[in-house]
Amino acid sequence: METEVKDHADLAAAFNKDEDRVNWHDETLWWIRQKRDLAVNKLPEWELLRETASQIKDNVLSNLSEYLVQFEANAQKNGVIVHWAADAAEHNRIVLGLLNAKGIQKMVKSKSMLTEECHLNEHLERNGIEVIDSDLGERIVQLAKEPPSHIVLPCIHKKKEEIGDLFHLHLGTPAGNADPQFLTETARIHLRETFLTRRAALTGVNFAIAETGEFVVCTNEGNADMGAHLAEIHIASMGMEKIIPQRRHLGVFLRLLTRSATGQPITTYSSHFSKPREGKEIHIIIVDNGRSKQLGREDFRNSLKCIRCGACMNTCPVYRRSGGHSYHNAISGPIGAILAPNLDMEKFADLPFASTLCGSCSNVCPVKIDIHQQLYKWRQVIVQNGYAPVAKKAAMKVMSLTLSSPLAYHAGGKMGRLVMKYAPFALNNKFNPWYKQRDMPEPPKESFGEWYNKNRK
Amino acid sequence: MNVGLFIPCYVDQFYPGAAIATLQLLEKLGVTVGYPKNQTCCGQPMANSGFEHLTGGCNELFIKNFEGFDYIVAPSGSCVLHVQEHLHSHDHEQAASTISKRVYELSSFLTDVLKVQSLPSKFPHKVGVHQSCHGQRGLHLSQMSELVAPYYSKPGSLLNMVEGIELIPLNRNDECCGFGGTFCVAEEAVSVKMGKDRVDDHLAHGAEYITGVDMSCLMHMEGILNRRGSKVKVLHLAEILNAE
Amino acid sequence: MTARNTILAAVKASQPALKPLPDVYFPADENADLKAKFTEILTTIGGKVITAEGSEEIAAYIKTITNFGDRIESTVDEVYKIVAEENPSLLPHSLQNTELAVIKAHFGVAENGAVWITEDLLSQRVLPFITQHLIVVLNAADIVANMHQAYERIGDRRYGFGTFIAGPSKTADIEQSLVLGAHGSRSMTVFLMR
Repeated sequence: METEVKDHADLAAAFNKDEDRVNWHDETLWWIRQKRDLAVNKLPEWELLRETASQIKDNVLSNLSEYLVQFEANAQKNGVIVHWAADAAEHNRIVLGLLNAKGIQKMVKSKSMLTEECHLNEHLERNGIEVIDSDLGERIVQLAKEPPSHIVLPCIHKKKEEIGDLFHLHLGTPAGNADPQFLTETARIHLRETFLTRRAALTGVNFAIAETGEFVVCTNEGNADMGAHLAEIHIASMGMEKIIPQRRHLGVFLRLLTRSATGQPITTYSSHFSKPREGKEIHIIIVDNGRSKQLGREDFRNSLKCIRCGACMNTCPVYRRSGGHSYHNAISGPIGAILAPNLDMEKFADLPFASTLCGSCSNVCPVKIDIHQQLYKWRQVIVQNGYAPVAKKAAMKVMSLTLSSPLAYHAGGKMGRLVMKYAPFALNNKFNPWYKQRDMPEPPKESFGEWYNKNRK
Repeated sequence: MNVGLFIPCYVDQFYPGAAIATLQLLEKLGVTVGYPKNQTCCGQPMANSGFEHLTGGCNELFIKNFEGFDYIVAPSGSCVLHVQEHLHSHDHEQAASTISKRVYELSSFLTDVLKVQSLPSKFPHKVGVHQSCHGQRGLHLSQMSELVAPYYSKPGSLLNMVEGIELIPLNRNDECCGFGGTFCVAEEAVSVKMGKDRVDDHLAHGAEYITGVDMSCLMHMEGILNRRGSKVKVLHLAEILNAE
Repeated sequence: MTARNTILAAVKASQPALKPLPDVYFPADENADLKAKFTEILTTIGGKVITAEGSEEIAAYIKTITNFGDRIESTVDEVYKIVAEENPSLLPHSLQNTELAVIKAHFGVAENGAVWITEDLLSQRVLPFITQHLIVVLNAADIVANMHQAYERIGDRRYGFGTFIAGPSKTADIEQSLVLGAHGSRSMTVFLMR
């Protein structure tokens, strides 16, 4: 295997070198999980809401082609212009084309994980367009020249002192000031000027309603609205799986989304866009980029139900202790691990193995994606496609032969215990990864099988 | 009823005490227990590593060993879950299907089949209960903290029958210990960090023993405890329920 | 083949057999005190609730929180009325120095402290976001229990733009420290009118 391809295990090991920092990251995200628990336990109907949302999304995936056509027609009736992009490159071309057509060179953007997936910012910048991310967390990672590490909390991996330093360097705040109130106020003023002067605003789409052609954008900060209502052209980038059938289904999804994400009952703003302002434009770009391929995978299509709440990341004990960047993908954590291999199985072969299959993610998923079962199934697919490391393949073959034969198993087991007893140095060394931070188990004098033969007949 | 005793490979080799306790406990409760001597492994370590296609041999051996029992009982949640979900056979699918419905993890066998109401056990110590993930979220041995649903615990209810025992509270009741099969060496740094955090939670609440339904989790935590020179010991659930 | 047709063909070929839509039925507690719940939740999320009998109380309150010369935009006839300028293409931006906006809402939602506003209640869509402070005037009788009832109430009305607003704008992006006043309004006060 290439040594250049980054691997979750290596990145996570590097992350774990600073144990205090890991504790801080882990405890912060666990606290968010606890806030989620408090919020959802206030709704006795919570589990029924999840089941309802899950079934609505199952219906959507089974009727997606119809709903997309319906959505497009209704959006167009509202005066919205609808584009289609088969892949990331086409999406980026469309955005650039819209800006070039109006001679626009500066754009303000609110959070869209789809645009991260498409690497939109880089494409636009290469083509002379300045893009400013207006969500505070995204602005911070933009200044730091890093990708976001979490789909809802982009700079959860950054300490306030580091953010203070970034603001000092790029926005001229006093050195050493790490007060969140002060830093947020600075960002408010700095970005207000951006909102007031940008002719183009790009947002994501949380939900797109087939029945009415409207779409909903949820924020706590109000940045999507500040951009969209002041711009001449509002571009909305939408993964095609964001469709829901009817407006009233928003009642279900808006009750689930923010409670799952942060423990809030709802985001400050849940803005429903139907028609452009008089004389202005709204463009929606419907993007495939591998989604139709995933839709065709029977074992993995349910991953497309995702409403991007991030609850799976907050609950994942591995994510909390390895950080989003260890997944080297726009979407990290458990959901990232079942979406990414569809896009590039070789590059993301490591992700489904970055898990103990504990199942906590599936339990917090508001749309009941069977995440941990998909992780298991991806492992089979990845190995069958030849992406398992050679050493592992060999070890597994030996294991399979040994365990299929009682004789080989008993002999091997006894041998292992003898080695551990009389030659512990054979295993208690730096070549044994178990031994690095754990003692090996004490070898017993006899196995259960041997005891049984002596004591029972 | 005749019960077949299924002992996970690493319990057989490294923790026979847990297996002996399981056998003795079942016999005390009046169960006739047979132990197929040619059993080896359920195949889970290979399957979870993406090599389910190599488990055919293990599966056939498992079916051969356990065909004909009314119930199959194991002191392990993860092995039982694996058999329930993944035992298949090219030629003996009917037998595989029957077996997968009859296989039980020990505590659920005691509560659901034997309907045990009391135990003649004594264990006057402070004990931390580790909720092994596959048993909890896979076999539903106890309620999961993520769900909005009433609390219950099969292992917990059995432990509460033991005289003198004190079950300690924890900060995180059902966080994974980080063993995860080959994960424990493939992602050593995260695995150990998770194990350390679990151990610290138990230690912070005064545990003298840590118990659970899966020896794999306990083996991982024991490795960490011993490396620290801690006096805290791990014991399989069966060993506490069997203690007198 | 256009991208549209390529995508739709791929989707049609890949989608599974049709699964039916579920019932969506989440009745609310008939006996709940919606006003109290709404007040409790909105207060918890950083908003303020003041009960009042008449609009003169709102006007009096505004006097206590604003200074002479502060720009106040109101779409509530009974409070203040400032006539909008005639040049619509610049209009949204011209609201940038708005200190206080006073608007009505159609109804409130008790479970999350949100109010529903559509653009017919606004002079400009950007008004409740661009203002430094926001006052919303709501009839106390117009509070529904939950989001299902909210959408029942909206029905199939058509609007160019509508939004649920729940409290002041906020962020916790810096080490999870909650800060009120991100890019939208710094404060949000609801006057519950009897």
